[in-house]
Amino acid sequence: MTTNAPPGAIMIVGALVILLLRGRRQAIGALLITIMSLVSLMFCSRGTYGTFQLFDYQLTVVRVDGLSLAFGYIFHIAAIIATIYALHVRDGTQHAAGLIYAGSAIGAVFAGDLITLFTYWEITAVSSVFLIWASRTDRSYKAGIRYLIIQVGSGVLLLSGVLLHVRDTGSIAFDHLIGEDGAISHASPGVILIFLAFGIKCAFPLLHNWLQDAYPKSTVTGAVFLSTFTTKLAVYALARGFAGTDCLIWIGVTMTLFPIVFAVIENDLRKVLAYSLNNQLGFMVVGIGIGSALSLNGTVAHAFCHILYKSLLFMSMGAVLYRTGTCQASKLGGLYKSMPITAICCIIGAASISAFPLTNGFVSKSLILSAAADHHMIAVWLLLLVASAGVMEHSGIKIPFFAFFAHDSGIRCKEAPKHMLVAMIIAATLCIGIGVFPGPLYSILPYDMTEAYVPYTVGHVVGQLQLLLFAMLAFVFLVKFRVYPPETPSENLDTDWSYRRAAPAVVGAVYFVGGIVWRALLKLGRGQVDDVLYVVRRICAPPGIFARTWTTSGMVIWATILLGAYLLLYYIRVAP
Amino acid sequence: MTDEPNNPTPDTHDEPSHAPPPGERRYWLDDPRNVDKICKALYVVCAALVLADLLYHKHVHFGVDGWFGFYGVFGFVAFVVVVLAGKLLRKLVMRREDYYDH
Repeated sequence: MTTNAPPGAIMIVGALVILLLRGRRQAIGALLITIMSLVSLMFCSRGTYGTFQLFDYQLTVVRVDGLSLAFGYIFHIAAIIATIYALHVRDGTQHAAGLIYAGSAIGAVFAGDLITLFTYWEITAVSSVFLIWASRTDRSYKAGIRYLIIQVGSGVLLLSGVLLHVRDTGSIAFDHLIGEDGAISHASPGVILIFLAFGIKCAFPLLHNWLQDAYPKSTVTGAVFLSTFTTKLAVYALARGFAGTDCLIWIGVTMTLFPIVFAVIENDLRKVLAYSLNNQLGFMVVGIGIGSALSLNGTVAHAFCHILYKSLLFMSMGAVLYRTGTCQASKLGGLYKSMPITAICCIIGAASISAFPLTNGFVSKSLILSAAADHHMIAVWLLLLVASAGVMEHSGIKIPFFAFFAHDSGIRCKEAPKHMLVAMIIAATLCIGIGVFPGPLYSILPYDMTEAYVPYTVGHVVGQLQLLLFAMLAFVFLVKFRVYPPETPSENLDTDWSYRRAAPAVVGAVYFVGGIVWRALLKLGRGQVDDVLYVVRRICAPPGIFARTWTTSGMVIWATILLGAYLLLYYIRVAP
Repeated sequence: MTDEPNNPTPDTHDEPSHAPPPGERRYWLDDPRNVDKICKALYVVCAALVLADLLYHKHVHFGVDGWFGFYGVFGFVAFVVVVLAGKLLRKLVMRREDYYDH
């Protein structure tokens, strides 16, 4: 049996049904719809379908191939886990927004043409913002507005790029967009705009800050949805359109490095996770930039695994936030006593993101590092190792240590609700399961490799364990010698400072100086006008000469004088 | 002999206090000696991992990755560099918590 329903459509339509339900039924309905959507995808036949004519162009709404299927499966798994995690939520907006967001992201990875991709691209932007606004605080409202402007901006760039690309090539197909040489500088303006649009959603360096600004302000459950879809949709789009683009290697390396330094000093643990998400995207982008079958498979595998452990980490921090009301490292500590299962799940997530052997992060990140090594990119490889030690710092140690251990904050709360635990345990089981048995994951990777990849070699395992445990040793020493920076409530400036402080300050300064100049000009102009008005008023207003009442005899005398003058002039003129 | 196991000397461990509120169950990790045990276990495992380098043939890509204990030293140094870079960055970018609220 096969089905040709567009993947994701069930969830988008289902979201509208959800809005008609009330209470607990909304949450259960959302879960059932997501499961139905996954079942429908499993019966999807490969190939393209859903083609129809729109004006001069033929749209291909669905293209099912290896790459889209890998993302389709993990998006569904993540959506199911997130929906289970959100079973307690009694807010129809969040359930509907979550479903539309996940459904449109799934639709986007199966889009066969750029116009369909753009449509889904914008739906993800608009639907996801409700998960930020649903916190219903002033901060989340403002962050949501900033997020929406940037996300829709990405969509506008995408549309502009698509229009230019179609004008140049006449094709709307969403295939490989970059030339054989892999140089973005040789690409057409349309392709460069599309690249930038993808780059914004993928949180490229300097285009990244919407992520760290908005995600930590979303709801407990919203962050779990957000951590999965937007950025990985961008990774998919880059893998589809820009595999082998040289500049992506260094963009990716930069992405792996700078967020880790910010993560070290960040106090809000969900913001630490947002920086860490950015860093993980860097590994995937490097894989796309290298562009070999091994590295691209590494990117897909890493996206797959990353979604699981990142959801798990966001869920565990969400559970902490839900129970304690805060995610500030400076206020937490010792929670393993109150929330032991959440703590274990968090540690599994932390071990996975750090790529410990027997976790999914190990079997996916190894592919990308091996690809860099195979291509003899020593600088890239060494910097990715630095980034791996950095991941160990902010996600491997900092998140579990400051939330669940460190000093006892004295907070005593209940363990996370059961459905949250179920969601976390499913994700944790998948993290370990894939780490121990990577075969099924490798079997769905889309690119053909000449030889099967073996992650578990003695060298790999010992090397990775050395890297991670010596990093842990460094942490112990730094804490013992009081070099490790203390957790302090603070706001760390990032590029959002440019549009939250600098731009408003510049606009304010221009407005202020402009106001002074305008008032001065106005005063000057008014002075001139006042002078003219003064003269006019003296002549025309009472008792001015033109405002007087003239007697008839006076008029006759003046008429006679004028006529006499005229006669006189006439004689002067005609006289020889 | 000046062994003072029962002397309630101030906790000289650099970890912040692990003491639970009075009257509450004491967990294994509440005892600083157990935290020390974990640290010592980590030292032993690290030493074992470096020595393990002697026991297998390395598949070397670049040369440096074949050095004895390369990954360990690299991981340690990279971690310290990242943390020190963070401390430097803090001087540059850290502001009050309500910086954007005004």
